[in-house]
Amino acid sequence: MPHIEVRDVSLVYDTPSGSVPGVAGVSFDIEASEFLCIVGPSGCGKSTLLNIIAGFLSPTGGEIRIGGKAVSGHGMDRGIVFQDFAQLFPWRTALGNVAFGLEMKGMSKEEREAVALKQLGLVKLENFARSYPHHLSGGMQQRVAIARALAYNPAVLLMDEPFAALDALTRDDMQRLLADVWRETGKTVIYVTHNVAEAVYLADRVVVMTSHPGTVKAEITIRLPRPRDPLSVEFLDYQKELLRHLGERTQGGT
Amino acid sequence: MTPERMRTIGRATLTLLAVAAMYEALARSGIFPAALVPSLTVVGHTLVAMLADGSMLAHASATLSRVLFGCGLAVLVGLPLGILMARFRPVENFVLPLASALMPIPSLAWVPVFILWFGLGNSVAIVIVFYAAMFPMLLNTWSGVRAVNPLWLRAASAMGADERALFWKVMIPAASPFIITGLRQAFLRSWIAVVGAEMLAASDWGLGWVIFDAKEFLNADVMLASLIVIGAIGFAFERLVFGSLERVTVLRWGMVRAAKLKS
Repeated sequence: MPHIEVRDVSLVYDTPSGSVPGVAGVSFDIEASEFLCIVGPSGCGKSTLLNIIAGFLSPTGGEIRIGGKAVSGHGMDRGIVFQDFAQLFPWRTALGNVAFGLEMKGMSKEEREAVALKQLGLVKLENFARSYPHHLSGGMQQRVAIARALAYNPAVLLMDEPFAALDALTRDDMQRLLADVWRETGKTVIYVTHNVAEAVYLADRVVVMTSHPGTVKAEITIRLPRPRDPLSVEFLDYQKELLRHLGERTQGGT
Repeated sequence: MTPERMRTIGRATLTLLAVAAMYEALARSGIFPAALVPSLTVVGHTLVAMLADGSMLAHASATLSRVLFGCGLAVLVGLPLGILMARFRPVENFVLPLASALMPIPSLAWVPVFILWFGLGNSVAIVIVFYAAMFPMLLNTWSGVRAVNPLWLRAASAMGADERALFWKVMIPAASPFIITGLRQAFLRSWIAVVGAEMLAASDWGLGWVIFDAKEFLNADVMLASLIVIGAIGFAFERLVFGSLERVTVLRWGMVRAAKLKS
């Protein structure tokens, strides 16, 4: 049985100028410990879909099933990382941020700080545990956000373009780090991006979405050994294939 | 004490001395009668005498306790109510029109009404201070919570925070720059209100009463000495309470920044 089932999910926005379909009849499955990327142009509803899976938005049609059970609302089986660096609580240290979910679970201070420190070690930030977010670089803040989402041990990690606001060099490092973290933790990851190379580097499988309304255009399994070489011919072939799917939309849509 | 801190104190002293010198020059110029514009030495003697006989301390502590009590009540009510207003539409619908209608009424305009209701004395002054301090606290907190980054609420909810945890561990720290502004404004309004209330409600104690009473005897030096004490208390609170509060919270968290030393 697949770990997460997205079943015919639709979401219609009510706007002053009428109903606008954001996502229309999207279905796909994700296996446990699979790394799934959702790729699509701006406005294709990929972030909306992630927010539905996270439970922040209720679909107007269809359902999300995790481990066979339909979910509504957010839950601690899913951790989430946003694009904006400002997602960290500025009034808490890196350690305090990572420990937040454990604190909500009612874990004692010593215990949660030990767990949080271990999570910070996973993203190579144990030396910055006592730093406040405004003293950390953008890349470091996103690493804290990843550690924070993993700290309370959710089975699923949802990521909404977490590295899109970083410079190219930092982004490369972060992708490598995330691939390592995923390998070590075995989480199921759903990762939204508009960056084709990023998707080919990270994903086991890529779901390509198109806009107006947001629907699934193609599903492509990336059969490349890890760690992946972004300069190999096969890697570039996958990029071309994804771009071709995205390009057809552009020609048809505009 | 760091050199930077000493320089800050030095600059503050310099500013105060410059203003004092200008006043002194005016007082000694003979343009105005000395009884109405007493020189600082006269004011200083009066101040020292009132401090020495303990009367100034008694008046100041009476006034300060009214301020702290009324202002403290305003924080206890205004802070939670402001958060509830920003969180729940029905609370906002109920409180906002009430606040909008009551806020423009100067607190001192209530003094005669409150004297009828509560009689002369401490309770009138405290109620007036509460009234004056309540609205800045309420409205700043309300704005602060509405300005909270929704990502923080989303992230906290995703990590299992319930409404209670959101209240204490997210909304209050997240709104703290506004809350501290609210505290400052509430404190300021409290002083305006307490001095006025003491003048009108004619209790026998308090700096406002001293100033008003001195009018009967043309004691400009007593008035000025009392004003200096009020200024000194305000200055001490800004430095010791609000400044420190800011340093250990919003400045430390990078939610507000200190002004640049050089532009």
